[in-house]
Amino acid sequence: MEDTGTVIAFWLLAAMTLGSAIGVAAVRNLIHAVGMLIMTFAGLAGLYITLSADFIAVVQVLIYIGAIAILIIFAIVLTPQAGRHNQEGFMRFPALGLGGLIAATMIYAALDTDWATSDRPGFEGTATVIGDALLDRYALPFEIASVLLLAAVIGAIVLVRPEGMEEDE
Amino acid sequence: MGSVDLEHYLILGALLFGIGLYLTLAKKNFIGVLMGIEIMFNAVNLTFISFSRFAESDSPLAGHVFVVFVITVAAAEAAVALALAVLVYRVRDTVDVDRIDLLKW
Repeated sequence: MEDTGTVIAFWLLAAMTLGSAIGVAAVRNLIHAVGMLIMTFAGLAGLYITLSADFIAVVQVLIYIGAIAILIIFAIVLTPQAGRHNQEGFMRFPALGLGGLIAATMIYAALDTDWATSDRPGFEGTATVIGDALLDRYALPFEIASVLLLAAVIGAIVLVRPEGMEEDE
Repeated sequence: MGSVDLEHYLILGALLFGIGLYLTLAKKNFIGVLMGIEIMFNAVNLTFISFSRFAESDSPLAGHVFVVFVITVAAAEAAVALALAVLVYRVRDTVDVDRIDLLKW
């Protein structure tokens, strides 16, 4: 991708995404960490747009920012005293080493491999094609995903149900 | 101005994955661990989308379909994991993963 707008957008969004992802690790207050996490998700939605993935960008905003971030805030509010501290445990330096090592390995692989890229232009509206594919070629995984979501919702409700509700019924 | 290629997105995805892995392993708070897992999911999604955009393929949008499934599973995982966090907090009064050690030898 050569045009100046896309290049500038990529570098700005990449800086925003990486910076706020580091912020999630750096800030002490867990609520602020969720704010940083939302910035990361928003930056990634922008990056999806630079990759002409319009449907996935909208899904990213709806599900990650709209649902998962809110769920995390709910969990923080429901775990009061313990939920405010965001510090690292004794695994801090091993984790730093392992994370850096894996990132370095993947970067080396990405740069060393001769990827079979093509110069085709960006997609023209992806939602229709994805919708057709989901209900045609990927119909079975689509149905399994809906069963998985139903099981997860019921499981979450059963898990956090207050104790002693069985006797009330 | 240079151009932006597949490698740029792959490097960004790898760096994000490293940060997510660090969060997952290092944080004491269970909810912090979960945020790291979400960042790792997002790094993988970014890699899928960038391959879908740049790689030679007959049906390039299959990568997008895979990302839709990853997001679905991530949402289910987040719901159950946060329910578990609330449940553990109710029983043990903490979500510090260093202190949830009933299975320690």
